Amino acid sequence: MDESAARGPEVYATPNSTTPGQPVVFDAAVCTGCNICVHVCLEDVFIPHPRKGEPPILLYPEECWYCGPCVSACPHEGAIRLNHPLQQRVRWKRKSTGEHFRV
Amino acid sequence: MSAIHDDGRLLRWPYPVRYGNEQRVEADVLVLGGGIAGVWAAIAAARCGARVAILEKAATVHAGAGGAGVDHWQWAADNPASRVRPEELAQALVDNQGGYRNGISTYVQCASAYETLEEMERMGGKVRDTADEYRGADFRDEASRLLFAYDYTNRFVIRVWGADYKPLLRKECLRLGVRILDRTAATALLTEDGRHGARVVGATGLNTRTGAFVVVRAKAVILATSRPQRIWTFSTELRGLSTFRPPSDAGNGYAMAWRAGAQFTMMEKSMRSPFGSAYSFPAYGSGNAINTWYPCTIVDATGKEVPWVDGDGRVLHNVAERCRPAPGQRFFIMGGGSSSLPHPGLKQYAGPKPIPDLEERMRRGEFTPPFYADLAAMPELERKVIWGLMVGNEGKTRIPVMQTYAQSGFDPERDMLQTYDFLRGSGMREPVVPQERTFGESGVCGGLLTDWDLMSTLPGLFGAGDLVFGGQDHSHAAATGRYAGARAALFARAHAAAGLDERQLADEKRRVYAPLSVRGARTIDWKELNAGIARVMQNYCSEPKNDELLRLAETWLADLQANEAPLAGADNPHKLMRTLDVADILTCARIIVHACRARRASSAYLHFNRLDYPDVDPPEWHKWITVRQGEHGMETSELPIAFWGGLEDNYRPRHRANLAAMGSGGAAHRRSA
Repeated sequence: MDESAARGPEVYATPNSTTPGQPVVFDAAVCTGCNICVHVCLEDVFIPHPRKGEPPILLYPEECWYCGPCVSACPHEGAIRLNHPLQQRVRWKRKSTGEHFRV
Repeated sequence: MSAIHDDGRLLRWPYPVRYGNEQRVEADVLVLGGGIAGVWAAIAAARCGARVAILEKAATVHAGAGGAGVDHWQWAADNPASRVRPEELAQALVDNQGGYRNGISTYVQCASAYETLEEMERMGGKVRDTADEYRGADFRDEASRLLFAYDYTNRFVIRVWGADYKPLLRKECLRLGVRILDRTAATALLTEDGRHGARVVGATGLNTRTGAFVVVRAKAVILATSRPQRIWTFSTELRGLSTFRPPSDAGNGYAMAWRAGAQFTMMEKSMRSPFGSAYSFPAYGSGNAINTWYPCTIVDATGKEVPWVDGDGRVLHNVAERCRPAPGQRFFIMGGGSSSLPHPGLKQYAGPKPIPDLEERMRRGEFTPPFYADLAAMPELERKVIWGLMVGNEGKTRIPVMQTYAQSGFDPERDMLQTYDFLRGSGMREPVVPQERTFGESGVCGGLLTDWDLMSTLPGLFGAGDLVFGGQDHSHAAATGRYAGARAALFARAHAAAGLDERQLADEKRRVYAPLSVRGARTIDWKELNAGIARVMQNYCSEPKNDELLRLAETWLADLQANEAPLAGADNPHKLMRTLDVADILTCARIIVHACRARRASSAYLHFNRLDYPDVDPPEWHKWITVRQGEHGMETSELPIAFWGGLEDNYRPRHRANLAAMGSGGAAHRRSA
């Protein structure tokens, strides 16, 4: 039996993440890595990805103000969207059926 | 790959690092802060022919609380359909705060908000219903095609398509040759010969990506930075999208002007407010009856409508009546049972609102919680103007509210949005933690003392927008920015540039870069220091107050300043900026506590309750308390309540001179026919 199997799966000593951790979500298939969102951000939460063409890195997600210029300034529809914190997802009720929904 | 590792290695900082490198810039007029007030100031100064530079901590294209949009262009009494004159409206707004509102900046707004909006229109901004989408609506003026909000009879608040304004303003700055230094956080004001309390002759900045040091020499400086947030509440984990002002509003301008020796007033006022609370909801993004959502119908869980009443308590019978003054009332200001203000303002200006005893009636079984905002029940044009024009252009609503909710399936014609203001019947949002207060997250708050030139007590230092103890709104920022920009340009024409004091520069450089040298296990992160400040303020400078509590607040803030602030460390330019922000927040907290000790009387208007001076608004304390940092410590002084004198008389000659200067300065500036 080899030694690594005896040690079990690879597990690392990772710190906790800051939350909310994902204020925006990129679609890597649509994003061209143009970094316009990086340039317009009010809180400077992104940095450009070290590999050209890839979506920016969300370095300081907990500083996000959710103001939206990163989305409105993006030239590629669907490349980036806001992702509200779980504790602030607003609810609503459909009048005709009484069903309840949320963001 | 995680955010900070690439193939097991820490990512290198993506920008070149230039700590200590100096960039020197010359300008006639330097604007600190590229939000709404800042770009308007820069445009006006440039039209007067001044060489202008802006330092902006973020990116000017959308920077500022209104950088992503505006829906209400408030107090535009100079518009052609208004039935209230600027003087009357400005006086009402000041009276409604018990006199505690900057009459100068308020009058500038009331007298030139529409003139400013017309200039916005010439830059390409949409200000009227040119597509006739709202033809025939109660809130439309057919002659001008302007749309109005709140009081449809008197028509001095204009509904606008403001989400696109900020990029247009930036474009105009560039067209006029304004030098924009984005990602450059202003850190200090430079004074003549480095003397405390002397004429302001420039400022320093920190590039927040490279860490380089920027030095600007200027003949006049305009502070257009916002109010300090995060004084009582600080939680990056909880606040999310609930605040009306960007979390990076750290009161940098307050702290800079304070260190230079400028005078401030009304710094003792703070409000118990859910805005900015750690437990609030998306700004403008839950159903309610105020502000952007005025005059939306609220219903209970069974679909029963919550009645509205006018300022006299008379029950209203339809939506149209919610937008008219009460019988015999001259006009009303806002309405909707607006905001969380414990002081309701004067009855003579009170607007319609949902019944104030909703919670009691719910407890008696008359209504069933939870409550909803029922857009679908509104008349079609009223629904469309709330969800589509107001939500869609106000503040940060276009993407986080309108687009995000629509993508999740929300349909204003079929769905009722949960209201968290009235969730269980309470007519006002309440902060979850009662000690949470805000310094002007919303509403009128204290700031830089100004004269009729919007100049501070330091020659050459002007103020505009949020920090001049007047309005908190977009058109106030725009109109005062425009006015201050012209006044500063005229000052710059009359004054030569002064030399910079190299010792003052070296001292500031040392202060700015100190956090980079903090190392070791005792290092404190900026967030923890901010949380520590907020807790001192919650415990010792919340409500009610007495001198012993405030003395302890002073003691413990001084203790943080002496012991923990020097341990706040940063290891890249971004964290260095955040660490400097918290240093400014600490300075602002100390100003606030000092001002609170100086007012030895309670005041309902100032939301100020002293256990040791329980008389509320005694006449002998109906005055401004001013504070400044002198060379040998904090100084307190006072001014009579309406120290600004006549409104129209003081304004008119200056306004005329501003128009003349702006008309001749910018070569391509056109006055409308």
